Amino acid sequence: MAALSDQLLVVAILGYLVAMLCYAAEYSFGARGAVARVAARAAARPRELATVGAGGSTAAGSTVGGSTPPVVAPVSPAPVSPAPVSPAGGSPGNVGRRLHGLGVAALVFTVLAALAHAGCLATRGLAAHRVPWGNMYEFVLAVTLVAAVAWLVLVVRRPKVRPLGLFVALTLVVLLGLDGMVLYTRVAPLVPALNSYWLKIHVTLAATASGILLVGFCAAVLHQIRAGYERGKRGFPFTLGVRLPVADNLERLTFRVHAFAFPIWTLAIICGAIWAESAWGRYWGWDPKETWSFIAWVVYAGYLHARATPSVKRSTATWIAVVGWVAMMVNLFGVNFVVHGLHSYAGV
Amino acid sequence: MSTVHAAEAPPTTPPDGAPRNRAAGLARRSWRSLTSMRTALILLFLLAVAAIPGSLLPQRNVNVEKVSQYIAAHPTAGPWLDRLALFDVFSSPWFSAIYLLLFVSLVGCVVPRLRTHLQALLRTPPDAPARLSRMPAHAGDLRHDGDPASAAQALRALLRRRRFRVAVREQADGGYTVSAEKGYLKETGNLLFHFSLLLLLFGVAFGSWYGWHGNRNVIAGPDGAFCDTLQQYDDYGLGARVSPRDLPPFCVQLDSFRASYLDNGQPLQFAGNISYTVGRSAQPREQSVSVNHPLRLPKANVYLLGHGYAPVIRYTDRFGRAQTTAALFLPEDDTLTSSGVATFPDANVDPKVGVDPNHKQQVAFWGIYLPTAPSDPSVGHSAFPAERDPRLMLTAYRGDLGMDAGIPHSVYTLDQDEISSGRLQKVGKPMMLKPGDSATLDDGTKVEFLGTRPWATIAVRYDPGEKIVLVAAGLLVLGLLISLSGRRRRVWFRVTPDGGRSVSLVEAAALPRNDYPGFQAEFERIVSEAKGRT
Ligand code: HEM
Repeated sequence: MAALSDQLLVVAILGYLVAMLCYAAEYSFGARGAVARVAARAAARPRELATVGAGGSTAAGSTVGGSTPPVVAPVSPAPVSPAPVSPAGGSPGNVGRRLHGLGVAALVFTVLAALAHAGCLATRGLAAHRVPWGNMYEFVLAVTLVAAVAWLVLVVRRPKVRPLGLFVALTLVVLLGLDGMVLYTRVAPLVPALNSYWLKIHVTLAATASGILLVGFCAAVLHQIRAGYERGKRGFPFTLGVRLPVADNLERLTFRVHAFAFPIWTLAIICGAIWAESAWGRYWGWDPKETWSFIAWVVYAGYLHARATPSVKRSTATWIAVVGWVAMMVNLFGVNFVVHGLHSYAGV
Repeated sequence: MSTVHAAEAPPTTPPDGAPRNRAAGLARRSWRSLTSMRTALILLFLLAVAAIPGSLLPQRNVNVEKVSQYIAAHPTAGPWLDRLALFDVFSSPWFSAIYLLLFVSLVGCVVPRLRTHLQALLRTPPDAPARLSRMPAHAGDLRHDGDPASAAQALRALLRRRRFRVAVREQADGGYTVSAEKGYLKETGNLLFHFSLLLLLFGVAFGSWYGWHGNRNVIAGPDGAFCDTLQQYDDYGLGARVSPRDLPPFCVQLDSFRASYLDNGQPLQFAGNISYTVGRSAQPREQSVSVNHPLRLPKANVYLLGHGYAPVIRYTDRFGRAQTTAALFLPEDDTLTSSGVATFPDANVDPKVGVDPNHKQQVAFWGIYLPTAPSDPSVGHSAFPAERDPRLMLTAYRGDLGMDAGIPHSVYTLDQDEISSGRLQKVGKPMMLKPGDSATLDDGTKVEFLGTRPWATIAVRYDPGEKIVLVAAGLLVLGLLISLSGRRRRVWFRVTPDGGRSVSLVEAAALPRNDYPGFQAEFERIVSEAKGRT
């Protein structure tokens, strides 16, 4: 079982890698059509302004009331529409279909990789006879699986966000690669402190929140790239912004993902505190792990605040979300490797 | 939000303003900017930044000894860091200042918001704005076959069914406006969240005033029993409002202790059997206590934290008197390489003469205990935490142990002053003993290593704020969920008579008051329903 789990990890990483290549191919082939699309979007600007503040996903259906002729012009804020508006030269249909094919292939590979990923975690749990998140290697496996699933749910519900997939897949490949190479530990039972049903509750919540926040982080970074692109920046990495959904939509997506994950993270911390009370006799002791969870929580609270503060620009607020993810990463890697606290993870 | 206001309305002091007015103006302005969202944001950020050194530098509340080591290792920077309270970050004045300011700002922010919210709950939804077409969602040209009054009633019923709060107002032109609002729960949740933060802080404070804790290392067996009084603890902390007399009466004894490990040395399970008596009841009760399962007594919880070995050593002195002691050795690493001292202050006292204060012949042994001797003897560390092949390395000292001076000093080390002054002298070479082995010192006295007894750190804690904090945390999450999933929106219809015929023109608009998905879809549904009905 343990060996099967290790093999499935390799399969999962390869799957995400192939998915990433498909996203990337879709991305770069699509660049030709981008010029035309930008022009189309510019023409459609006024219409878009009128719908600002209305639910982001429905920009195309912004006209309301049956008596007016429906849909003035299809304004798609996401560049990957099945048939791009008249790409310069070539047959539009073909290009569109090829792009679409690549996009679908990317999603199919993401699904396959996620299945292998889930299998990797499940076989590991079977091999160890316990929930498969008892050490850092397994925790990162779980976080990335949640991120992959969260991403798939998101992309199914809002197909227009598909260009984000390139970055989500990249992040998954990097984290899983690091996990397999640096953090790998052999299957083992739990250390006594972890041997509690709170492990299931607290760590599951923490992994879920972290995985969703990972997707939120991708959205936040891409919002910054796209916002830079829209402000006219053309150097790297802003050129990547060409194919991304418009900055406003990315910003709104960033907010919603974080607003979804924040209560889960809050609950994870609270359950951790309840566990700490029964394991160490105090619910909060400023152990480094606790401290960094607190820091990340405060930063994310600051992000939600900043977004509700009129005098703070939306893209400034989004930077705070990026800082929040940095705190999460310090909490995951920095605290486990650099400073030693009570939080024990077997084998690291 | 308020910052914006503060900036927009410059608090012009009247030119002839008395200083008092100016002071009041200044106070009002400071209060307003303290309670602004922007200040709250800055303070939140400062709080996060201020917590960072607390995770990078050793902290007294976590580990006092590491702080002393750090200061000793950094003789120049250490004292400065200490002066800046960087080893006590979370109780430092600057950290406290940040969170107290934040909570003052919070009170100043949420109390007025609570008032506004209550007013909003009592008030009817505001009238439709003059130009509905400016709203983010808008639909014109709806018609109703009937007079405006009946159209307004139909729309009102529609919105009521969708659980909107509705107000219908007759207009001067004979038309009506229908205003509706929904999602008040969002603000309720938000206020619940912020008030829960205040309750949480109160719970933490309450716990630190009325709570206390004490730790003691206890050797398994009846002679290790102790009762809940301050003198019996190795270290303790009492809350500001707790006096030693408040400690609940109980006694605890560690009957046995077991630890098991994997072959790679990873601990698998620690558990101890504890027998205890509460109050005057003489009947002892027993319970198994392990890492995640404390013993919960009334007004105190008993936890098992660290553990280790106490070698049992028998020393037979020149006059043939044997004494036995179990010396508690402190573990130094994960494989439980442990060190400590065994002292025999009453050794070598001539029964005929009594103690000669100027020529003490007290005896002590400094030792290192390896539960499993490494295969390579030059390695000074144990190979495994359980006792597979135990070794005790003892170095004997004789002379004055310096125990009578009344200066408290660690029971785990020898008094270095006595050694450097020569009053306590090393005797012979270190001895390596297995359980049951004995060795003879230069004066013919004998030391035996009889075996070990396990010991555990028993931590007793009481925190009456815990329950408050737990309730606050629950409410906090609840408020957060309500607030973040809430959708506050307003919908308006304007019904105007169409030139005397029995037909009315209807216009609809909606405004989302926060950012959420599905607003547009809902508006479309309302509009199409309105079309079917009117
Ligand atoms: C103790 C520190 C604070 C924390 C941790 C905190 C946290 C949060 C969080 C997480 C949110 C977003 C979730 C929600 O909408 O319910 C929020 C919203 C909000 N907070 Fe705070 N807050 C704090 C202090 C304050 C202070 C001092 C103010 C006033 C100056 C304030 C005013 C607000 C307002 C007005 C919102 C609602 C924003 C909206 O309309 O969506 N908060 N807060």
